[in-house]
Amino acid sequence: MTAAAIPTRRRRDLNLAPLMILASAAVMAGLILMPLVVVFHDALAKGVGAYFAALKEPDALAAVRLTLLVAAISVPLNAVFGVSAAWAISKFEFRGKSVLLTLIDMPFSISPVVSGLVWVLLFGAQGLFGTWLIDHDVKIIFATPGLVLATILVTFPFVARELIPLMQQQGADEEAAALTLGASGLTTFWRVTLPNIKWALLYGVLLCNARAMGEFGAVSVVSGHIRGLTNTLPLHVEVLYNDYDSVGAFSAASVLAGLGILTLVLKSVLEWRHSGELSANRKH
Amino acid sequence: MTDRFTAAPVVRPLNDPWPRRPRLVEHSVLPGFKLSLGITLVYLALIVLLPLSLLAIRPWELGFDGIVKTLTDPRVASALRLTFGISLLAALTNAPLGLLVAWTLTRYQFPGRRLMDALVDLPFALPTAVAGIALTAIYAPTGPLGALAEKVGLKTAYSPLGIFIALVFIGLPFVVRSVQPVLQDLDKDVEEAAQTLGASDLQRAAYVVIPAIGPALLSGISLAFARAVGEYGSVIFIAGNLPMKTEIAPLLIVIKLEQYDYAGASAIGCAMLAISFGALVVMNIAQIYLARRGRA
Amino acid sequence: MTQSHTLSRPLSLSRRGLLASGAGAGTAALLPAAALAQALKPATLLNVSYDPTRELYKEVNAAFAAYWKGRTGQVLTLQQSHGGSGKQARSVIDGLQADVVTLALAADIDEIAARAKLLPANWQSRLPNNSTPYTSTIVFLVRKGNPWKIRDWPDLIKPGIGVITPNPKTSGGARWAYLAAYQAAAKTGGDAAAQAYLTKLFKNVPVLDTGARGSTTTFAQRKIGDVLLSWENEAFLTIDEFGPNFDIVYPSSSILAEPPVALVDKNVDRHGTRTVATGYLNFLYSPRAQEIIARHHFRPRDPAAAAKYASAFKQIPLVTIDGAFGGWKQAQATHFADGGVFDRIYKP
Repeated sequence: MTAAAIPTRRRRDLNLAPLMILASAAVMAGLILMPLVVVFHDALAKGVGAYFAALKEPDALAAVRLTLLVAAISVPLNAVFGVSAAWAISKFEFRGKSVLLTLIDMPFSISPVVSGLVWVLLFGAQGLFGTWLIDHDVKIIFATPGLVLATILVTFPFVARELIPLMQQQGADEEAAALTLGASGLTTFWRVTLPNIKWALLYGVLLCNARAMGEFGAVSVVSGHIRGLTNTLPLHVEVLYNDYDSVGAFSAASVLAGLGILTLVLKSVLEWRHSGELSANRKH
Repeated sequence: MTDRFTAAPVVRPLNDPWPRRPRLVEHSVLPGFKLSLGITLVYLALIVLLPLSLLAIRPWELGFDGIVKTLTDPRVASALRLTFGISLLAALTNAPLGLLVAWTLTRYQFPGRRLMDALVDLPFALPTAVAGIALTAIYAPTGPLGALAEKVGLKTAYSPLGIFIALVFIGLPFVVRSVQPVLQDLDKDVEEAAQTLGASDLQRAAYVVIPAIGPALLSGISLAFARAVGEYGSVIFIAGNLPMKTEIAPLLIVIKLEQYDYAGASAIGCAMLAISFGALVVMNIAQIYLARRGRA
Repeated sequence: MTQSHTLSRPLSLSRRGLLASGAGAGTAALLPAAALAQALKPATLLNVSYDPTRELYKEVNAAFAAYWKGRTGQVLTLQQSHGGSGKQARSVIDGLQADVVTLALAADIDEIAARAKLLPANWQSRLPNNSTPYTSTIVFLVRKGNPWKIRDWPDLIKPGIGVITPNPKTSGGARWAYLAAYQAAAKTGGDAAAQAYLTKLFKNVPVLDTGARGSTTTFAQRKIGDVLLSWENEAFLTIDEFGPNFDIVYPSSSILAEPPVALVDKNVDRHGTRTVATGYLNFLYSPRAQEIIARHHFRPRDPAAAAKYASAFKQIPLVTIDGAFGGWKQAQATHFADGGVFDRIYKP
């Protein structure tokens, strides 16, 4: 087991491989894998029947629907933004570009709680537009729009950050060539740019989606916690946990963990199949 | 290997970090500049700048003295110290751990490597509340690791150590994913050349590997730090939440809100944002500096 | 069994509702014309409540929906939102469209009245019994067999005793617990003694959760601490949920916790739900709801239900918030506001 016991592969160089692999495995198992095991262990604590019964509960189903809806609105919006930002930043030179890049990164350093709070300050009944919204019967906070806004802010940079380095790497030569050959701008984008970035785009969307579905702190501030109506799945987990319904809480959590794992699997498949295209931008 | 969400932040083009100052807009044959920049700026303004400017305005209700008083209140000051201190500690701990995992993933072939690679992103994909509940179950005195730690006289959950564990958990992928692609691309020739010249493992690490991955490592640390500072969901269950001891700054924001003190909550939120964003920018400048020196 | 018993008394229910409805809009609920006018349109009612009432209102809502449909033909969807009392009040102030609020303490509803002007300042006088259809108190929950012999308030500050209670800044239950402890200590030595006592008490608190539910989980599931300062109903519920590993200890004196209910006038008028919301609140005072309330270990106001469940609730001397602390407004300002007594005595 010790490094010394293993014959050296090269001169003067102990083979550290087994030691490193073991150490990494220990870190991963102890720190990362264990919480996942706990989730599934506790979800199945009372058997498979109780597990599925908890998932079929109407409030749980409503939470799943809401979570998917919020992700289905926020992720495409952030994707469109990401593509636009990457196009502007990578294909053109303009003043203030680094400021723009910094601002795009900014949501990374905002606490999720604050990401929720700012929307309350804007659209809450006591907020800047509160009175107007109430007079016109527009519901934002404590309704789906508020959840979407909070989620968008939290997942804001993901797609853009994925695309910008890649498109900067690729430059504008191919597009320029297509245009010289008489293709329209839109055609060029669809036929030349999009195929070049599609895997990175999908990859960014997957990450954005994972974070969108799992967000807790920000949506907790703007949700209002109405059961079956404004509770997303992560909030529903908290509700059930506070109901002393451990099986229900961890069953719902396992759905989220499952969605997360699905994301990871898709991502791995993407990397495996398209590592060439994806890693183009990694070559510094 | 591949691009990740943790790619080096902010001023990205390492090839050309400080380009000559361009004219306002340079001519390009490509169309869509106005449209794409327009969408970008409008979206940025609506989603990020408008709400955040309100966050910056709100604390002034208290007046300058009021803001200072809010932030220097012993309880707030100690929460800020705790949050930033443990976040920094966790981010720094993530550096060797993340480097170890990234090194293993890029340098060795072993069964389960792909699985380990996929699992790295788990803290990112797992909702923070779920992670918090699960981590508490593990590290509470009744949990498997908590009981173990208790035997050696260590209090994990409901202590600063518990917060530290949660923050290391959520921060690890950032370091691994920042360093991994650089390690992947790091020219093996250079390493091997160093080796044939008689450099030991340590020497190679010190003179070849570390400088090469320095910028990426810094970037990973800064991202892990920024994420840790704001973290709420996973910490709140395991922290114990004792004022002056294990109360984190985001919780204090929530507490202020529940006392209808929107201005105070905004003040703390602003202070946190300023500090962590400042740290991010400083780290980026350091990273660019390192990258330039590395190439020179 | 109790179900069929209550179902057989619809007549007394309506009479009771009439009596309870008191002055003002309450009687509208029972006017057939008003009820019939809305009979065709299904309505939705949002009750924004605090943490420990989840199970209670689940049952009350089902009973009320059936009762209301039987009376008026109107189909109701009753929505619930639960959380820390202060957080819930803030949500209503920020625009959560609650038709009725049923919170842990009057101070939180006072805040809604004062800050958002959604209901009049005198809201608490609009329904009987200070607008509290049920009461509760603060008791001790200890481990089975009471290994540390915790019998009364002075036992809590003995060295080495771990006391679990939520943060009074964020939890309504914790505020009642704090005041219960305060009054017990103040009885013998006045304010100075009470503050000294609470300083020692909070030195024994190893985890300060944000809400009552969090504290119960910490105590029961994570097995932290030796005694939980708990709502009486939560203490019973803990035994129901986590098995008989706990004993309930009644201290020599405690506080009469009055969790009030109120109609949110501006919201019901906007939703057109005043009639049904008023009916809902009146229903809480009805014998049928009082029976449900008692079964969920809240102390009923209705004499019949109280008599029936008398053996379930131990009678101990209970001080009132108005009597011992001059009402919630004063208690809030003195003890829990920033820089108040709690901030001063909390020294870790």
